[in-house]
Amino acid sequence: MKKVLYRHLFSKVLGLTLLLFSTSFYAQEEAEAAQAATGGDPVKGKQLFNQNCAACHALDRKMTGPALANVEARLAEDEGLDKEWIYEWVKNSPAVISSGDAYANKIYAEYNQAAMTPFPTLSNQDIDDILAYTAAPPPAPPTAAATTATEGGDSGSGSGISNEMILGALALVFGLLVVMLVLVNKTLRRIAEANGVVLEQEKEKRLPLWKAFAQNQFLVLVSVIFLLLASAYFAYGWMMQVGVDQGYAPVQPIHFSHKIHAGDNKIDCKYCHSSARVSKTSGIPSLNVCMNCHKSIYEYVGNPEGPSAEDLAAGHTNEFYTAEIKKLYKAVGWDEENQSYTGETQPVEWVRIHNLPDFAYFNHSQHVSVAGVECQTCHGPVEEMEVVEQFSPLTMGWCINCHRETNVKVEGNAYYEAIHEELSKKYGVEELTAAMMGGLECGKCHY
Amino acid sequence: MASNKKYWKSEAELNPNDSIVEALRNNEFTEEIPVDEFLGDKDSLSASSTSRRDFLKYVGFSTAAATVAACEGPVHKSIPYVVQPDNIVPGVANYYATTIADGFDFASILVKTREGRPIKIENNKDAKVNGSANARVQASVLTLYDSKRVQGPMANGEPVEWKVLDATVKAKLNALKGSSKQVVLLTQTYASPSTSKLISDFKAAYGENVNHVVYDAISEDAALNAYNKVYGERALADYDFGKADLIVSFGADFLGDWQGGGYDSGYAKGRVPKNGKMSRHIQLESNMSLTGANADKRYPMTPTQQKIALAKLYGKLNGSSVGGGTSDVDEAVDKVAAEIKKAGSKAVVVSGINDENVQTVVLAINKLLASEAFDPEKPKYVRQGDISKVTKLVADMNAGRVGALIMDGVNPAYTLPNAEEFLAGLEKVDLSVDFAYNYDETAQASSYVAAASHYLESWGDAEFKKGQYSLMQPAIRELFDTKQFQAALLTWMGIEKTYYEYIKETWSTDVLQGGSWNKALQDGVYVVPTVEDEEVVSESEEEQPEIVPIASALRALVNSTSPGTELVLYSKVGMGDGRQANNPWLQEFPDPISRVSWDNYVTVSKADAESLGLENTIEADGGLNGSYVNLTVDGKVLENVPVIVQPGQAVGTVGLSFGYGKKAGMQKEMATGVNAYTLYGNFSDVQSVSVEKTSGVHEFACVQSQKTLMGRGDIIKETTLEIFNTKDHAEWNPMAHVSLNHQEIPVTSPDADLWDEFDRSVGHHFNLSIDLNACTGCGACVIACHAENNVPVVGKAEIRRSRDMHWLRIDRYYSSEETFEGDNDKKEEMEGLWGDKGSLGGFREMEDPSANPQVAFQPVMCQHCNHAPCETVCPVAATSHSRQGQNHMAYNRCVGTRYCANNCPYKVRRFNWFLYNNNDEFDFNMNNDLGKMVLNPDVNVRSRGVMEKCSMCIQMTQKTILDAKRDGRVIKDGEFQTACSAACSSGAMVFGDINDHDSEVAKLKEDDRMYHLLEHVGTKPNVFYHVKVRNTNEA
Repeated sequence: MKKVLYRHLFSKVLGLTLLLFSTSFYAQEEAEAAQAATGGDPVKGKQLFNQNCAACHALDRKMTGPALANVEARLAEDEGLDKEWIYEWVKNSPAVISSGDAYANKIYAEYNQAAMTPFPTLSNQDIDDILAYTAAPPPAPPTAAATTATEGGDSGSGSGISNEMILGALALVFGLLVVMLVLVNKTLRRIAEANGVVLEQEKEKRLPLWKAFAQNQFLVLVSVIFLLLASAYFAYGWMMQVGVDQGYAPVQPIHFSHKIHAGDNKIDCKYCHSSARVSKTSGIPSLNVCMNCHKSIYEYVGNPEGPSAEDLAAGHTNEFYTAEIKKLYKAVGWDEENQSYTGETQPVEWVRIHNLPDFAYFNHSQHVSVAGVECQTCHGPVEEMEVVEQFSPLTMGWCINCHRETNVKVEGNAYYEAIHEELSKKYGVEELTAAMMGGLECGKCHY
Repeated sequence: MASNKKYWKSEAELNPNDSIVEALRNNEFTEEIPVDEFLGDKDSLSASSTSRRDFLKYVGFSTAAATVAACEGPVHKSIPYVVQPDNIVPGVANYYATTIADGFDFASILVKTREGRPIKIENNKDAKVNGSANARVQASVLTLYDSKRVQGPMANGEPVEWKVLDATVKAKLNALKGSSKQVVLLTQTYASPSTSKLISDFKAAYGENVNHVVYDAISEDAALNAYNKVYGERALADYDFGKADLIVSFGADFLGDWQGGGYDSGYAKGRVPKNGKMSRHIQLESNMSLTGANADKRYPMTPTQQKIALAKLYGKLNGSSVGGGTSDVDEAVDKVAAEIKKAGSKAVVVSGINDENVQTVVLAINKLLASEAFDPEKPKYVRQGDISKVTKLVADMNAGRVGALIMDGVNPAYTLPNAEEFLAGLEKVDLSVDFAYNYDETAQASSYVAAASHYLESWGDAEFKKGQYSLMQPAIRELFDTKQFQAALLTWMGIEKTYYEYIKETWSTDVLQGGSWNKALQDGVYVVPTVEDEEVVSESEEEQPEIVPIASALRALVNSTSPGTELVLYSKVGMGDGRQANNPWLQEFPDPISRVSWDNYVTVSKADAESLGLENTIEADGGLNGSYVNLTVDGKVLENVPVIVQPGQAVGTVGLSFGYGKKAGMQKEMATGVNAYTLYGNFSDVQSVSVEKTSGVHEFACVQSQKTLMGRGDIIKETTLEIFNTKDHAEWNPMAHVSLNHQEIPVTSPDADLWDEFDRSVGHHFNLSIDLNACTGCGACVIACHAENNVPVVGKAEIRRSRDMHWLRIDRYYSSEETFEGDNDKKEEMEGLWGDKGSLGGFREMEDPSANPQVAFQPVMCQHCNHAPCETVCPVAATSHSRQGQNHMAYNRCVGTRYCANNCPYKVRRFNWFLYNNNDEFDFNMNNDLGKMVLNPDVNVRSRGVMEKCSMCIQMTQKTILDAKRDGRVIKDGEFQTACSAACSSGAMVFGDINDHDSEVAKLKEDDRMYHLLEHVGTKPNVFYHVKVRNTNEA
């Protein structure tokens, strides 16, 4: 079995190297060809494209603006427009439109009269580079998929094998040992019997241990007490966790990875959970907030080298994530083809993770805006969570503890000035905890 | 050693054939066990064959199952918006200015919405007139979520589409164009410039035969006609009682619904003694009204006597002699006339008698006095009903002269005294369309029911008073397939515009005069900048010489004769004209005077009750019972009307309130009382009646059984203006003393205290001030508290058992002697147990209120004691004090021992005997999804078995603090509010932080009039009262 595994692995690695080599070779060749045709550098062009154009344009599909693959050739062939026109358009499209240019106005009308942002800072060479990039044919998707797949499979199985193997080997060794011992014992006995050695007979019957134990009343009493105490301890522990759902990580209707959003892409928590600043609820973002970005981010392209290695390792493929984005489109009613909303919406029923009981009042803005508490203090390292789970116990003891230990942020807040002054005099301390401000009173949270 | 002895239990056992022995052997209990009695009369229960053992097995199993199941939390779903509206942040309330103008209540208000749901009504402080929400307006937000609403248009009882309805109406209207038959719009009063314009447009579109008839269920026709005669416009003169030093009211319940209401804030302004002065209020009336209860001097008089007195008063003031009439009112008239003469232009006279002569004379008197409080130049438009037109309409309908009848905001089949005639006529109308809110009497009889929108779903505008405009904007989209009348009119006229656009146009051409529409919409009110002041003055000067011919009016008044027992119909603070009768908050709202909820009743004076053999008794369970009577007016009999013996009721009169007895389109529980409209012949609120006792007793749901204070002057401290001005406050507001080591020391002294004082000097320390002078007892705060704090409705049966849940109650006390002072003196003078001054007989006498008592109101909620007796007895520390002065109640900690309620000297704690939400036994708003939309998401809905009470709206104070913290600013005075203080339009309740020494409440606390309720108990409450001062200075 091990051999099979290794062979499999070997073939994969071999295939991978071959593939990598071949794709890079082809890509290089094509890029060179493109450069030769347009006089631009597609590598630089890609960088510029991602910086300036990708928000509205893609190579192979319509977005806010038209698809740009081979745009230069297309314009030249279909519309008879030269590079100069493109320079002009990119640098100041409104001017071209107002000049009455037929094609400019056609495009303008076609894309909902949304004028393209002028890019006066781009030089002709920059534009050439971008055009070179657009002229380079997009990498063949199956190749890319194969690359990532093999890559993913490779790294994934690599770590898996080592662990499994070690464990399996150990188990096997132990098993063999046991079998051997039994066999040895058996053989020895047989030899002894054969040799007529009389094995030591059992000693005269002594009082069995349990009977001796049962007769010793003191011991019985002590152990009963011990048992009762122990069970009480465990029962208490068990009951105290009733209703405490720490670690609760339900499956959500859309696999939303906080790791990708807040971790890899470093989106601020409050960008999406904006009401945490002003309201008692942090608010699950409405779908229009998602669409701020996902209008242009229509697929997931994991970089196996970069931060997404881990996700891919966990078996979440690019296709998987892209399918989740499509779920969002379905819910919000976004028609990708026509880049428009259909109006057929289907609100997402998220499973609520943090369920504070109704009789406890908690206000996010108090903690987030006033106290400046980091979201992670209570919610844990959400930016590392692929699936969000309840990090804190959310018990009253946990709340109270924090109120006892945390100093109130009073600096620069006119509300606290007078209160702080008087209270620090009263308690003789400079720093005030929430408890000193009355943060432990029942009615502050229960009404 | 077996014994052969046989033991026998009775002789019968010796006879082996005895049937009893056999029965006993088979059956432990020979008699049938009355299981139904203790297990309730449930069909399913009686049908089941579960044995006791099985039952115990089930109990055991289900308990275990429930325990196991409880370990697993339920899965909650959170569903965010797909596209979140810009101005909605979940968890943050939005406020919109709008207007209620439902034909009976007119007010500029603010609506609090949460996630798009209106949940509370607040006063609009920007409004100069009618800016305060009364109890009914406060409750109107729940009417929006009425489960008995008409949810879509109907034709002959079947649902129909608007398209069909519109097409039918249009076709009919076109067919009637130019025909001899009328098209009648029978509507409520709108007081709306846009609607008026719209209706005239409608007339222009559909020809001359279109008539608009305005109908008020409770008519102010006489006042409108009188004003029309004198000033040439059908409107109502406005009064500002704040400017008057002397208010004389002949049966005008101006703190209630007189002429559209809205007068309480002005009145209260003059009632608080300032610089030794306050207004004096004389009330001459027959029923004990809210206004009469607040009067300094009250003369019980029959309406006939009032008329005579008014005529004579005019004579006295005019210097002419008005002869005739009975002389039993002369004494009162002399006194009143003397006072008015002294006050001169600072006096004002009003009357609520719906008689054109009376209203003409009232206008003449105020004109004669040149009363400063009287404002005829800028009249009010909140009542416009025209009786003659309504009467003619009914006649026309019966004569077949009406082709189409379109109704909005009216329910004539219920409110018309001649409802049968109306219904008969309705059958002869070719097309009847009723814009109905509930499937009420009129809707059921109409061929088409157009489902009407609530005012919180509608656009609109109103001109309450000349030049004072108010805008209505929707706070929520139509919950159901409803339409407002105006929008339907536009559709029928073939105009593509929305009513919003129509209003905007009307405003830009007719109203705004250059003002900003957006600002007007945001403020909710718009006052036309006063221009051409000079012209107005000159006009009025021109008018003045024109002497109103009132001689005939005076003659008619002075010669009025009493028609025997007089029935005086009135409207209750809680129910009004009955259009919100399906509102459980209003049904449960105790009447400020009688303290009875869930009923109307006939009020009878004690003398009349004795002669008729009518009585009220308190039963052993604490419930109030009353006799039944039949009332006969003009041959019409109203059967089995329950009786309340009302102190202060004028002998020879009985009172009955409108608004009850509605049956159609109502939930069963809410169909209470009797319909007084059937006795409203000729739209006169005074009727000649014969009262006849019938058998049976009525069970009332009355929340207060004790009527008098029994001389306990320290509960409601009272004094007169004279004493208040001349003597030291120690005399009229003495501090309670206790004995310590045989030394009398003030109860506030630290030595008298069992407890160490808790330091509340840092941070906020909330106090609530209640001025008994300004409090009129209107009860807006009670409903506001209901809405803010998710207070459950418990129903009539529970209220009768004294299980009402109101966190805030308004106690009403009568004096047993003429005055409360007299009670105190009587108690002081008691000696021994027996004899004339004996306490046994004396206290018995003091239980009965006087025939014309003084009345005092006292709002009581949790007093938030610094040394709270409830806290010390709680075994689980569920209730505790805070450094902010609030007494906290942690519901989830409470185990329901009710020790706290027993130990509370103020009796303000309320116990949840049952689960009041999601419980079919309490089928009120908390038992259906629609009604639950009104719940405040920031306040717990309490469960069964826990104690609850006023929290001093801690959710509101915490919100204010948080807002300030977030903005990083100091909190200004006036920002802190409770639901009751925010709802109080008379300024009686002031809430704030006494650690802010410049705050109003801190100043009020230092005032000489300040006292604490039951101060001698030493509870140190954070609610304090201000001594009631009565202006007894007669001229």
